[in-house]
Amino acid sequence: MSFDVPDDLRYLESHEWVRVADGTAEIGITEFAQDELGDVVFVELPNEGATLTAGEDFGVVESIKAVSDVYAPVSGTVTAVNDRLRDEPELLNEDPFGEGWMLEVELDDESEPDDLLSPAEYRDQIE
Amino acid sequence: MSLRSPPLSAVHERADASFTDFGGWEMPVEFESIRVEHEAVRSEVGKFDVSHMGQITVDGPDAATLTQRLTTNDVTALDPGEAQYAAITNADGIMLDDTVVYRLPVDAADEFLFVPNAGHDGEMTERWLTERDDRDLDATVTNRTEEYAMLAVQGPEAPDLLAAETDADLRSLSQFEVTDGTVAGVDSLVARTGYTGERGFEILCPWDDAEAVWSALDCQPCGLGARDTLRLEMGFLLSGQEFHPVDEPRTPHEAGIGWTVKLDTEFVGRDALEGVAADGPEEKLVGIELVDRGVPRHGYDVTTPDGEAIGHVTSGTMSPTLGKPIALAYVPAAYAEPDESVRVVVRGEPKKARTRSTPFLDR
Repeated sequence: MSFDVPDDLRYLESHEWVRVADGTAEIGITEFAQDELGDVVFVELPNEGATLTAGEDFGVVESIKAVSDVYAPVSGTVTAVNDRLRDEPELLNEDPFGEGWMLEVELDDESEPDDLLSPAEYRDQIE
Repeated sequence: MSLRSPPLSAVHERADASFTDFGGWEMPVEFESIRVEHEAVRSEVGKFDVSHMGQITVDGPDAATLTQRLTTNDVTALDPGEAQYAAITNADGIMLDDTVVYRLPVDAADEFLFVPNAGHDGEMTERWLTERDDRDLDATVTNRTEEYAMLAVQGPEAPDLLAAETDADLRSLSQFEVTDGTVAGVDSLVARTGYTGERGFEILCPWDDAEAVWSALDCQPCGLGARDTLRLEMGFLLSGQEFHPVDEPRTPHEAGIGWTVKLDTEFVGRDALEGVAADGPEEKLVGIELVDRGVPRHGYDVTTPDGEAIGHVTSGTMSPTLGKPIALAYVPAAYAEPDESVRVVVRGEPKKARTRSTPFLDR
C-alpha cells in the first residue's frame, strides 16, 4: 500500500506535517499516521494563543484502538485551531492533508521548518 | 515464545489484515476498519476467525461429573445439543476463565466440549486431567484446539447467509443450542452462540477445512478490534480484562455473572462463593457512559465527583453504534446502581460520567 506524501509539505519522523506560507505553518498528521491509527474518534488540541515547542507533544489523537500523542514539528504560537475536529474527528481519516488540518501556528523562527524531513526523506522512512 | 497461527493466516494476509498478538496467537485485528466491520455486524452480517479460542473435549462415563466439578453452572441440566455459559473458578471462588460448555449432539464423535479463552487451553486441559486423577474419575480429556477451527458468523443477516451453505436446520436451533451438519460440504458443528449480541452462529470445523468454510461465508471479514467493540457494547466480559487470577482477581458475582453459579452443585470454589452469593459482593462491575468528551481506557481511575478514588476501568471505547464513550469498571456496590454521578480520570483530567446498566444496546 502506498501513501500520499504531498511534495509541498515538510515532515516529522513521528508522522506530523507542516505547510509553511508567509511565516505561518499549518500542522496535521500524515495519511500514513491516520492509517496506522485506524478510525479516529477523539482529538485533543491546544487553544488559540498556546505556544508550541518543536519536538514536544501538543495534543492527543485517539482512535478506537489506540491513543497517540501528536508532536510539534515547529515552535510558535497557535493562531487558529480546526474546531471541526471536535465533532468530526473522522476528518483526520478522510482528508489528513486538507480538511483534517489541526493547527495554524505563527513561527518563532521562519527557518525552522528547513530542518524537517523533505517529502523524499519521509517517503523513505515509511516505505 | 513463538506465536501460534490460526489455519487461515495466509488467507487473512492476502486480505491485507493487520495482526496482533492475542493470548499467544497472531490474530487478525482489523481488515478494513473497526468501524466498518462493527457496523457490518450490527446492520448486516460479518464473519470472524476465532480459532484462537480453545477446544477441549471430555468423554467417558465420568465426563459430566468431572466437568460439573470444574465449572460453576449445572452441566447435568444440559441435554445433547445444548450449551451453557459458565465460570471456571479456583477454591477461593476467583475466576480463572469463562467458557461455554457444550453437550454435543448424540451422533457427534465426542460427548462434551468446552471452549476456554485464547491461550488457556493448555492450562485448562491440565486442570481437568489433574482433577480427574485426584478423584479417580473415568474420563478422557483431549485438547483439540489445533484440530478445530472456530469461525463465527454474526449479524441480522447471518441466519440467511449460513442457511444457504449448510444442511443443518438453523430454524429449529435455539439460542445456546448446537447441532451437527455440513457447512460448504465440510462436516461441522454449528452452535447458535456468539459474542456480539446479534443473531449468529459459531462453526467448529476441522482445522484443514477452515478455508472452504470461511470462503463460502461471503460477507465482511472482521478482526478482533470489532469483536472487542461489539462485545463491549453488550457488556460481555473479556478474559484477562474484566477478570484475571492475578491482575484482576474477581468472583463471578463481582463480574456480574452470578447467574452462572449454581450453588446446589458441587464445584471447586462453591463454598467460597456461598457467602458471596448470600451477602452480595463488595464491588461490582458496572457500565459507565462518559458525559464529557474523552475515551475511557483500561486502567483509568474512577472517582466520586469529589475526587475520591473508588475504582478503575477494565475496558473502554468509543461505542461505534452509540457514538458515545462507554466503559466497564469495578466500583463499590453502593456506586453500582444506574445513574450514579462519577468521574473517569483521563490523562489527569476528571471527566464527568454516569453509571448505567449493561448492555449498552437494546438487543
